[in-house]
Amino acid sequence: MYVAVKGGERAIQNAHAWLAEERRGDTAVAELSIAQIREQLALAVNRVMAEGSLYDPDLAALAIKQARGDLIEAIFLIRAYRTTLPRFGASDPVDTGDMACDRRISATFKDLPGGQVLGPTFDYTHRLLDFKLAADGEVPQAPMREADLAPVPHVTGFLNREGLIEEAQPDDTPPPDLTREPLEMPADRALRLQALTRADEGFTLSMAYSTQRGYGRNHAFVGELRIGTVPVEMEIPELGFAIEIGEITLTECETVNQFKGSKTEPPQFTRGYGLVFGQTERKAISMALVDRALRWEELGEDNVGAPAQDAEFVLYHADNIQATGFLEHIKLPHYVDFQSELELVRKLRRDVEASQGQHQEAAE
Amino acid sequence: MKDTTDQTPDRKAWMSLMAKAPEGRIATLLDAALTRPDFTWLRAPEIGSVMVRGRAGCTGAPFNLGEMTVTRCALTLTNGEVGHAYIQGRSKPDAEAAALVDALMFTDAAATLRTKVLEPLEQEQTARRTTRAQKAAATKVDFFTMVRGED
Repeated sequence: MYVAVKGGERAIQNAHAWLAEERRGDTAVAELSIAQIREQLALAVNRVMAEGSLYDPDLAALAIKQARGDLIEAIFLIRAYRTTLPRFGASDPVDTGDMACDRRISATFKDLPGGQVLGPTFDYTHRLLDFKLAADGEVPQAPMREADLAPVPHVTGFLNREGLIEEAQPDDTPPPDLTREPLEMPADRALRLQALTRADEGFTLSMAYSTQRGYGRNHAFVGELRIGTVPVEMEIPELGFAIEIGEITLTECETVNQFKGSKTEPPQFTRGYGLVFGQTERKAISMALVDRALRWEELGEDNVGAPAQDAEFVLYHADNIQATGFLEHIKLPHYVDFQSELELVRKLRRDVEASQGQHQEAAE
Repeated sequence: MKDTTDQTPDRKAWMSLMAKAPEGRIATLLDAALTRPDFTWLRAPEIGSVMVRGRAGCTGAPFNLGEMTVTRCALTLTNGEVGHAYIQGRSKPDAEAAALVDALMFTDAAATLRTKVLEPLEQEQTARRTTRAQKAAATKVDFFTMVRGED
């Protein structure tokens, strides 16, 4: 029989107090400041901003500290905070052509206007642990060279001139917003891109990887990858004109994909697009590959049944806060549910035992 | 509450500049330039968010990228000039300082503020941007052709 109970308040309080103590760790070790996390764990901060879907490095750093470095927990904190903010409006679409690039590379063209700019990358490092970082090291100084501050053109622009790549047609349809309306199928590209840019990095990476291994292969080249800052401009109703309301770091990836052509389109290259808050290169490339895979229908390609082509599967499982919420809830008390299951299994066993008893009697 | 005294392009430039200033910087420069005048709030500082949009393929249809934090406020000086601020982040004191500068740019203090607040902010911003661009330029690849090995 099930008896309703309550309790655990003191246990919960004490658990949270212990959590706070464990979070601080050994008090003989200096405490981390928010500024230290923001400056020295910047890529973790970027991931929390991207998947928390709120650009604010200090808040993301605070969330990482509070979550003891559990990034999904930190993303959860940011998502929860975000819902408390009044929304002033939506910005004009950012112009990534105007980006002040820290990094800008192309895997398709060696010599391109603006050049191959590597930026502060892990690429070409030997992935050997650097024990100098374990000691109090000197502050390294990056070399500098005379720079041109003019914006660098997008690589897809060159292919566009020859008509060899599909054009991204200008369009000013107001985009749907999954933070205001629940995500529903079919999802147009704008909705898919919103879901993907805040999607879990690991999930997006695995989906993208599956397309490379043959599950919905579309042979992607990184036409261009750029990381840098762009101004954000918004119309201010009380002023009657637009002003810049800030500046954000973005990572943009444009893939160039093979396409045989269709009934309406000549053979040409097609495009996948990734745009993510912060320096988040792995995520932006993954997003572009998954975006391209999900475009099979509008491009008139075959659905080969690959997971990355299934918008419903991808979009409904890409959000790590939804996923972790549902997954982790099963550890919370399910005493009543379980009690009924227990009753059921006992009854089934009684029935089986009774019928076995009858069989035995019949056999004898 | 649409303003009638807009010097639009100029005003757009200074408001944009202040929106991107590092935390605490506008207040420091403003207080070094002059004594703050009295004002009344039209809209007390308020922290909120703006949904940032991008475009598919950078030129196609817009989509929602995610939000950013923004602080805004509006005030009136005793002479009736109105100042607005929309700045990145969550600093109410910075929004107040930015709105004061915005309002004061329509007064006799404009020239002082231009040289003591706006120009330093702009120089600092340009310096930050140039330094990053120069570090990026140093990582630009110079390709050279290897000697071909067949003869």
